[in-house]
Amino acid sequence: MKLNRKWINEEFVDLSGVSDKEYVDKLTVFGQKVETYERLDAQIKNVVVGKVVSIVRHENSDHMWVCQIDIGQEEPVQIVTGAQNVKEGDLVPAALHNSWLPGGIHITKGKLRGVASNGMLCSLKELDLTLGDFPYAIEDGIWIIEEDCKPGDDINAVIGNDDTVVDFEITNNRPDCYSIIGLARESAAAFGLPMKHHEPVVQGSDAGSMYEKLDVEVPAEKLCNRYTARMVANVKIGPSPKWLRQRLRANGVRPINNIVDITNYVMLEYGQPMHAFDYRYVSSGKIIVREAEDGETLTTLDGNVRNLKPGMLVIADEDRAIGLAGIMGGENSEIMEDTTTVVFESANFDGTSIRQTALALGMRTDASGKFEKHLDPTMTVPAVNRACELVELLQCGDVMDGMIDVINFVPQPKTVTLEVDKINALLGTSIPEAAMVKYLNLLEIPVEGDQILVPSWRPDLNLMADIAEEVGRSYGYNEIPTTDFKTSTQGGYSPIMKLEAKTGAVCRALGYSEIITYSFVSPAIFDQIRLPADSALRSTLKIKNPLGEDTSVMRTTALPSMLDILSRNNKYHNKNVKLYELAKIYLPVAEKVLPEEPKILVLGSYGDGVNFFTLKGQVEALLNNLRIKKASYTAVKDNPSYHPGRCAKVTIDGVDVGFIGQIHPLVAKNYDIECEVYCAEINFTKLFDLQLPEPTYVPLPKYPTVSRDLSFVCDEEITVAQAEAVISEAAGKLLRNIRLFDIYRGVGVAEGKKSLAFSLELRADDRTLTDADSEKVTANVLAALGEKLGAVLR
Amino acid sequence: MKEQLEQIKQQALCALDAAATPADLEELRVRYLGKKGELTAVLKQMGSLSAEERPVMGQVANSVRAVIEEKLESRKSEIGAAVLEAKLASEAIDVTIPGEPVTMGHEHPMNQVLQQIKDIFVGMGYQIVDGPEIELADYNFTRLNIEEGHPSRDRSDTFYFDDEDKVLLRTQTSPMQIRYMENHKPPLCMLAPGRVFRKDEADATHSPMFHQIEGLVVAENITMGDLKGALITIMHKIYGHDANVRFRPHHFPFTEPSCEMDMQCHKCHGTGEVNGGVCSTCHGEGWIELLGAGMVHPEVLRNCGIDPDKYSGFAFGIGLERTAMGRLKINDLRLIFDNDARFLNQF
Repeated sequence: MKLNRKWINEEFVDLSGVSDKEYVDKLTVFGQKVETYERLDAQIKNVVVGKVVSIVRHENSDHMWVCQIDIGQEEPVQIVTGAQNVKEGDLVPAALHNSWLPGGIHITKGKLRGVASNGMLCSLKELDLTLGDFPYAIEDGIWIIEEDCKPGDDINAVIGNDDTVVDFEITNNRPDCYSIIGLARESAAAFGLPMKHHEPVVQGSDAGSMYEKLDVEVPAEKLCNRYTARMVANVKIGPSPKWLRQRLRANGVRPINNIVDITNYVMLEYGQPMHAFDYRYVSSGKIIVREAEDGETLTTLDGNVRNLKPGMLVIADEDRAIGLAGIMGGENSEIMEDTTTVVFESANFDGTSIRQTALALGMRTDASGKFEKHLDPTMTVPAVNRACELVELLQCGDVMDGMIDVINFVPQPKTVTLEVDKINALLGTSIPEAAMVKYLNLLEIPVEGDQILVPSWRPDLNLMADIAEEVGRSYGYNEIPTTDFKTSTQGGYSPIMKLEAKTGAVCRALGYSEIITYSFVSPAIFDQIRLPADSALRSTLKIKNPLGEDTSVMRTTALPSMLDILSRNNKYHNKNVKLYELAKIYLPVAEKVLPEEPKILVLGSYGDGVNFFTLKGQVEALLNNLRIKKASYTAVKDNPSYHPGRCAKVTIDGVDVGFIGQIHPLVAKNYDIECEVYCAEINFTKLFDLQLPEPTYVPLPKYPTVSRDLSFVCDEEITVAQAEAVISEAAGKLLRNIRLFDIYRGVGVAEGKKSLAFSLELRADDRTLTDADSEKVTANVLAALGEKLGAVLR
Repeated sequence: MKEQLEQIKQQALCALDAAATPADLEELRVRYLGKKGELTAVLKQMGSLSAEERPVMGQVANSVRAVIEEKLESRKSEIGAAVLEAKLASEAIDVTIPGEPVTMGHEHPMNQVLQQIKDIFVGMGYQIVDGPEIELADYNFTRLNIEEGHPSRDRSDTFYFDDEDKVLLRTQTSPMQIRYMENHKPPLCMLAPGRVFRKDEADATHSPMFHQIEGLVVAENITMGDLKGALITIMHKIYGHDANVRFRPHHFPFTEPSCEMDMQCHKCHGTGEVNGGVCSTCHGEGWIELLGAGMVHPEVLRNCGIDPDKYSGFAFGIGLERTAMGRLKINDLRLIFDNDARFLNQF
């Protein structure tokens, strides 16, 4: 909401002695936050009113003129112009040497075809003005000034730029502040000053009664709380006076003609949107406020054809819609040059309905923006009277007798008890009752005894806490003493959060950096990671109103997010990238409204030294460090996202927790990565339940460990895990550790066979092992290997 | 014989002095003190001496042996030290050669800032909690006093999963207030950081997904002064004790009174100007918005079964991206979610 300070100073409360900075800071901490503020004259510098003393043809040009311009100083200045509408005695805007025009244009002296020119004469456009601002001027020529001014006057004063426009961020709960009066009230209260009020007075005329001309029906009574109308006859359409144009312009509203300007002026001043209909086009003199019919269309003032639906509120006559209620008028009843009779509409429409209609039609307007905040229905009458008063002030028509006022709401006078102690207890203050009453009165909120009579424009005041806010901000939030409370609560992290933190630390120690990716993804990711059409992961939660296809479903797998980031890093030519994410996925659960949101730990890497076994070693180290139970790894050929020969399923305590392996080259290609990519996906939420109990001390061994190396030849198909299992079982309880240290194929080992070499550590807790002990273990192991795997000692 | 011994002694001492290596010393030891050495050879002649002469000569011989042994030992340690010194000298390396590279990963910068903030709150007695990101409209709006038809419920602002607008991506972490109060009785202090979602196209200052940190305190006799005290303490810990802050009224449906907290711009010190131009950090305002807060609305307490006549509380919401970007001077929000390794490795 924009506000020009001059308007407030002139009409409501004189704060002209307060600097812009002081005003802005005060209002901001009072609760009306200023977004920006700007002096209107900031853009135009060193441009003055000049009087053309003489004008002669340029000696070297057949279209330029050399002017001597009186700028209120001893000597006139010489300025060359190419405009053809300047004559002796005219007052013109003269941009002098070293002057600035809107848009950052800098004017300096120079020579035009050999003749010195000490500046420039300006058109309206060059001063960022339009014919609406100064209707007597011409579009393509110098602005010949017809205002009350003299040579040397700053042009900013002539334009009305000696003003500051302040742009406020108005909060949703304060619809009253979408008006000059509302902001004037806040300004006065912020500075502790009383505010001047003006009650509109309509003189009336002998133009007759409106009741004979107009009838209003409101069948859509739920969507229209109040419909107030007055009429003006003998209208003379023309430009508005300068003061009114200037106030509109300072607020960013383009002047059009007196009647339309009056409706805009009242909307700014009261915050009550108004509309003016040309009575000629109100068929049979009947205004009907109804819902649109299916298939009905209306061409709005902006020239667009609007397709309407039931639920949208229209203003109609007996035949057709003539306006889109609360949003924009219809072209068919627009005020024209020859309009002679006008209907002023000042209504209160349902805010939610207006907002939804504006949204559905994609046309939020100043008026709809105000209605959607839920306006005060008591405002329609003073607003329409103010419009009529302005008609009389501008002498642009005769206000007819009477006023039509259809009321569909029951006024609810509201009182709130002033609970001084509770307010002080909530704020942590000791403000006396008298001070509270004073604050409320400054905000024009009457208090009688302990009863606060809430004004109709303050729908936000319902409870003690609401009053506490008014008292608190008047007292000053920054003046409330700062205190420290004591509670018996204990701070901390949940156990799973602690495990998350540790997981992150270990991943980083292993060289992986953390990433953060979006929770929503494109449905195309499932094809990119080659999931079959019937994969359960394809059943996602779909956003009904996504920003775009790329962010339209909630991810059920975190792998694509990782691949996407790896791909991006690869594109940036980043070498040897290792990344991790603890990523939530969103899994729909049958019969439940909300999905499960487990967290998946994803590791992803490409570059030097990255292969299956470095990744596996890292995952083993991670699980070990997190004290997770022992994991087993089994080959998986049918995970379509991974290399069929280089992928393992990770199982812990019978629970499948994820996969590790090389990403399938076709998947990597889908992400534009040529080199090998390795990823691990571990269900972190499941890991949490697979932690080992807290360790207790095991006495250090008293007797020495004996080491035995064993190498044997077996079929290629036998896995290391199979061999390990056989050895462990056969070795019995003396075996303390087993480690593969070589795999050999080649000379001395037959085709289709391989040699595996293990190192076994044996130890007893009650004695030193003898050679016989260890030889017995070795013999048992070899026998079992031979029997179960067909292996022979090498 | 005595002269003979004396001569051996002199020769041995000279030779030991001249020895340069451990091998020289060993050779001299064998030559003088060995079984076939010169001293032994002389002692073998002891049998030819008289009984009176023998002990005297024995004494002389022993003292000669002792002198040579002592000299041998001292030369051993001298030469050993020299040898070690030479060895060490030959082993010298260029210590300016870089170390073997060890690659450690980096925590995402935003999570680094989050971790610092969480630790501060834990120290102040707050329990850190987590909750669902796909949420019921009931928790995200209704129970937070945000009525049906409120603009923030619009499909232009909020992502929905159903046609009735009942299930959504939470637009704020505030539903965690409700969830926590449902399951905990006052006094309570909680902090709920997490992802939130709003229908904004990604640009330098917007993202359809971002992070908030929700805080809630409910106990007996909590005042707005307590809210101020807690938030000032926290901001001083995050931004330093010279951070100048202010509170100004604002509006949130679920707090009353409500406020926003600003920090004086560290670049222009509140003037809004740097070198005669508009300060780029605060856009000329002189203040930077830090967070929204307020006293928990009585209706919200009642919605969670807490008696507003007995208990009061405050709540606040901090934008994590804004805080991290301010702290780390990151000028484009998209960098946060781009995850470029060159960016991540800076922190």
